[in-house]
Amino acid sequence: MTDKIKGSKILLESLKQENVTDIFGYPGGVLLDIYDEIYNSDINHFLVRHEQAAAHAADGYARSSGKVGVCLATSGPGATNLVTGIANAYMDSIPMVALTGQVSVNLIGKDSFQEADITGITMPITKHNFLVKSVKDLAETIKKAFYIARTGRPGPVLIDLPKDITQARIPFEYPKDINIPSYKPTYKGSIKQIKVAIDLMQKALKPVILAGGGIIASNASAELRELVSLTGIPVSSTLMGIGSYPYNDKLSLKMPGMHGTAYANYAVHDSDLIIAIGMRFDDRITGKLETFAPKAKIIHIDIDPAEIGKCIQPTVPIVGDAKQVLKDMIELLKETPVEPKKEWLEIVQDLKEKHPLSYKQTGDVIYPQFVMETINQLTKGEAIIATEVGTHQMWAAQFLNHLHPRHFLSSGGLGTMGFGFPAAIGAQVANPDKLVIDIAGDGSIQMNIQELSTVAYYKLPVKVIIINNRYLGMVRQWQELFYEGRYSHVDLEGKQPDFVKIAEAYDVLGLRAEKPSELKKVLEKAFSHNGPVFVDVVVNREESVYPFVPAGGVLNKMLFSERT
Amino acid sequence: MRHVVSVIVENKPGVLARIAGLFSRRGYNIDSLAVGITENPDFSRITLVVHGDDIIIEQIVKQLYKLIDTYKVIDLTKQTHIEREMALVKISVTASTRSEIIEIADIFRAKIIDVSEKNLVIELTGDQDKIEGFLVLIKKFGIVELVRTGSIAIQRG
Repeated sequence: MTDKIKGSKILLESLKQENVTDIFGYPGGVLLDIYDEIYNSDINHFLVRHEQAAAHAADGYARSSGKVGVCLATSGPGATNLVTGIANAYMDSIPMVALTGQVSVNLIGKDSFQEADITGITMPITKHNFLVKSVKDLAETIKKAFYIARTGRPGPVLIDLPKDITQARIPFEYPKDINIPSYKPTYKGSIKQIKVAIDLMQKALKPVILAGGGIIASNASAELRELVSLTGIPVSSTLMGIGSYPYNDKLSLKMPGMHGTAYANYAVHDSDLIIAIGMRFDDRITGKLETFAPKAKIIHIDIDPAEIGKCIQPTVPIVGDAKQVLKDMIELLKETPVEPKKEWLEIVQDLKEKHPLSYKQTGDVIYPQFVMETINQLTKGEAIIATEVGTHQMWAAQFLNHLHPRHFLSSGGLGTMGFGFPAAIGAQVANPDKLVIDIAGDGSIQMNIQELSTVAYYKLPVKVIIINNRYLGMVRQWQELFYEGRYSHVDLEGKQPDFVKIAEAYDVLGLRAEKPSELKKVLEKAFSHNGPVFVDVVVNREESVYPFVPAGGVLNKMLFSERT
Repeated sequence: MRHVVSVIVENKPGVLARIAGLFSRRGYNIDSLAVGITENPDFSRITLVVHGDDIIIEQIVKQLYKLIDTYKVIDLTKQTHIEREMALVKISVTASTRSEIIEIADIFRAKIIDVSEKNLVIELTGDQDKIEGFLVLIKKFGIVELVRTGSIAIQRG
């Protein structure tokens, strides 16, 4: 007979079976048995300074590696602190397993110390969640959780672990297979529908591909590139799809939507065929639904049937995994090729030349876009970039040279300030040999600034570049444009901490650039430093992000900067 | 349009909360919801009555399928089906109204399941129209209390 082992050990053994090598967590009372097991384990545990950072780090780890990210928090406040990070992963379909401690089964529902109904709380923001009420179910639940998190449309799965379950003993056997009769994702798209799609691609005169995060999730970037080389159809990548198609290619239209390029927006608006792959027609992309791409037929490819027809009714719906569908499409395209649309490509090239992303680096003050271009110059597009949320995020999406999938980690759906720094920590753990940069705003960085302690302790060489405009910049921009410049509670001037001194307080290298002439040298020093760095880049305060399609607007009616 | 949607789900705690939560967070309205175990004890059947156009109903069906515990979703409105709900109605009576109420109950094939000096309790099953029709007729006597189950439905044949 197999030896009985504790639930906490079953958890660790099960994680090993799932090839988990790194977890991000924070201990607490009900987790004592698990942490006692971690003490002996060869799984790397990273102690963050706030549970929210554990969830974001697991998220960044997953985005940059394609593996399932794992975070661990104690019951009650530990678990509720994960909520923002879980919601963030849910909105962006990131595979994650969140483990939470819970009070013992007999104390559940008694408003016990540090008790929160975390399965109830996270029901709308997880792909699925579990409360383990018997140690007999533990191993199978973990197997199911990882399976659900990484298959189909990926997403976060939470497992709530009562303390007595982690203490109970039972022989350990990890299930080999899992069968959930009610959960059978569709991977292969209908060949019949794919043929109809190809027929539309052949007939279209002005087609555009909208490449979403689903391409990155299914590792279909190579297939997308092949599809484009076979058809010559230009590609616009959504924020989540950035890196799925290289920005420096002449068929790249970069990002569409609210802060997308003018040429992407004009092309999408004028197109007669949209091929939407692994994207969900978010309102930041479409503007007003009724006026989105009014002349276009829509081919919508998505693994989640519920995304099809949710916002836009497609002409050709294809339910399937992006990689599988594109592979089948490519095979069929070889038999029935699509001729490149020469006239359309000329129009697109003309749009690109007439309406490039532009800015002027004038005077003795640094412009944020200049920071992005200097980063391009130094990293050649090879660094993994995480961002916080705000104007700096949009400049990073617009001006950085995005070449590879899983190299741009940004909070898309939820728009979570405070995401970037811990996400960069997760990415650095998953990619120890890569240069990992967090582009931050001075507002956002203060939402998880305590993680300086984590990078210092684990010597994680994350470079944080703070685009410091002493404003909550995105809100300021909206107030300037739509609220008559009434800057209500967005001005941080004079109330800002000294970021260099803060870094130094944590024993992290702090640097500052205030003039354009200093920037390159400071960034070079930061990137070559063998450890974490906080770079405070003092930028022009008043710079706003353009082009700008106001919320609910029409894509071809953008606001442009008056300055350029 | 009114739709009757039958949802087969795993018979586990918390599943009903997931279904109901889905409706509230996606902004769909539930007219009624009835739940009970099926012929297979591993599954429960939830009968939902919802209002919406075709696009909304399609989304509701897809969102229900998206839940891991959902095994099958059937829009019964598109098929011939039988629908029933039950109502228990406590009606105030007097010596002079008693016989008229009993007569109406007989016509509706309702059962009188409790009698007291002041009240009658009537059990009635039928589709929504029948229950509504009955309630219209007896309203004037004074409905003291009314309990309705919401619809359950099954495919014909």
